[in-house]
Amino acid sequence: MGLVKKIVTWARIKSPWILHFNTGACNACDIEIIAALTPRYDLERFGVQLKGTPRHADILVCSGPVTKQIEDRLVRIYEQMPEPKFVVAVGTCACSGGVFNGCYNIKGGIKSTIPVSAFIPGCPASPKAIIDGVVKLLQSLEEPKK
Amino acid sequence: MHKPEPDKFKIPVGPQHPALKEPEGFSVALKGEKIMGLEIRLGYNHRGIEKACEERTYIQDLYLIERVCGICSHSHSTCFVQAVEEIAAVEVPKRALYIRTLIGELERVHSHLLWLGVAGHEIGFDTLLMYAWRDREIVMDLLALITGNRVNYGMNTIGGVRRDISKEQAEEVLKGINILEERTKYYIEIATQETTIIKRLSGVGIISHEDALKLDAVGPTARASGVNRDVRYNDPYAAYGEITFNVITDTHNDVYGRTLVRVKELMESYQIIRQCLKKIPDGPILTKVPRKIPIGEATSRYEAPRGEDVHYVKSNGSEKPERVKIRAPTLANIQAVKHMLKDRFLADMPIVIAAIDPCFSCTDRSVSLENPGDRNKEIMTWHALRTYSIEWYKKQGIDFTELNNNLKNKLERR
Repeated sequence: MGLVKKIVTWARIKSPWILHFNTGACNACDIEIIAALTPRYDLERFGVQLKGTPRHADILVCSGPVTKQIEDRLVRIYEQMPEPKFVVAVGTCACSGGVFNGCYNIKGGIKSTIPVSAFIPGCPASPKAIIDGVVKLLQSLEEPKK
Repeated sequence: MHKPEPDKFKIPVGPQHPALKEPEGFSVALKGEKIMGLEIRLGYNHRGIEKACEERTYIQDLYLIERVCGICSHSHSTCFVQAVEEIAAVEVPKRALYIRTLIGELERVHSHLLWLGVAGHEIGFDTLLMYAWRDREIVMDLLALITGNRVNYGMNTIGGVRRDISKEQAEEVLKGINILEERTKYYIEIATQETTIIKRLSGVGIISHEDALKLDAVGPTARASGVNRDVRYNDPYAAYGEITFNVITDTHNDVYGRTLVRVKELMESYQIIRQCLKKIPDGPILTKVPRKIPIGEATSRYEAPRGEDVHYVKSNGSEKPERVKIRAPTLANIQAVKHMLKDRFLADMPIVIAAIDPCFSCTDRSVSLENPGDRNKEIMTWHALRTYSIEWYKKQGIDFTELNNNLKNKLERR
């Protein structure tokens, strides 16, 4: 592995920037994601920072089932993110469609629209589960030790 | 399609925007920094819950309805359960009603603290966001202690509640409430004395008393314009009839007024929780209700943290409801936002929208009225609807004839 690549991977793991996008969730997962970023749980101690635009983000954190209205927007936001990009699906709805599975305006989980790197189940996923999921994703990015 | 207007500049805000936590679209017509017009585009969060309710049984619906909105989940499920209980004519045990009230108030505390943080964030006061959300964890712990989950509590069931509250839990709640009360006093001090907050929020998002009535604003938005309206007080449900509390109103008419109403409502909520724990009677927490609900229809009202929530349930005698209709408080308030932002500056937009405490996952319901015979004709005229309501209330034993005559005379005299 070249030196530049090493530095980039190191920087990515030590300070991933996330973008939160609600794809039709009931707000429960969204408030838990914000709660994970506030003092009690403080996801920022892992260098995770919430950003406002997809162009700055490494990780797209999605909550909720994909509604037909939001589908095109989700794809557009995903395409605007720079490579390499990762998607985390937070909550049971984002994983599989959950309780809304079968509703006429629902396409299913996030996986039905864009590729997903990590699934965090729970209704809603608790901040502890969200932190666990994010840390596991970051660990998987590390180069395996020889 | 919109015609391009040369002197106006249109910018889209949303569905993904740093200032908005939920997907909703706004199209803002600008002239310089001034907002000339605002178009609101809802529906990104529409999941088709009302239709899904018709395909599930009443018990399954309860858990679906909780997920209308994760912040006021107990409000929606209580509102639905009240309507079903009214149709089935079930007497709910007193203890269950008190537990519902208790959870409802704890939820209001968490929702208002959440709003305080978000409002701080929208005006660039992130310290307030971190403080308010740190304190909010106390009430989240209490909710997790009583119900077993931080959000989406699953407490209600038809005929009562699913979990009892023990003495130890009640003591923990009182302890937590005492800490929160101290913290809230600090927030009231900030809101009334901190110059940056007062200057940033005063005079922003003004809606007069008359306009608030005309646009049918509900909840803290209306109460900050001096509309003395609170379902808990005007039409008591659950255990509110036996509890004394004040309806907080304010006459500032702006975002500052709404902030004051919410922080003062927190103090009232603590009082209600204390009274609940003191007055709670012993006894069962659940009445058994058959799976099939008799034919009938009912409307139920509930004062959610954001305002009046209305549920309509129609039953056809089977295990599944025939129709469920939800009118969430944000739908009533969103009309007022357009009015508040007219001729204001673009920079005020995030805080004005945040000030009604919008919840778009509650709001995104779809309505379509169609008359197969004549598409231009309404299914029910305004007059027919009014006559129907008068007849309906007569059947319930409430007679509006005298009141209507008085009103008629008054109008004629004018």
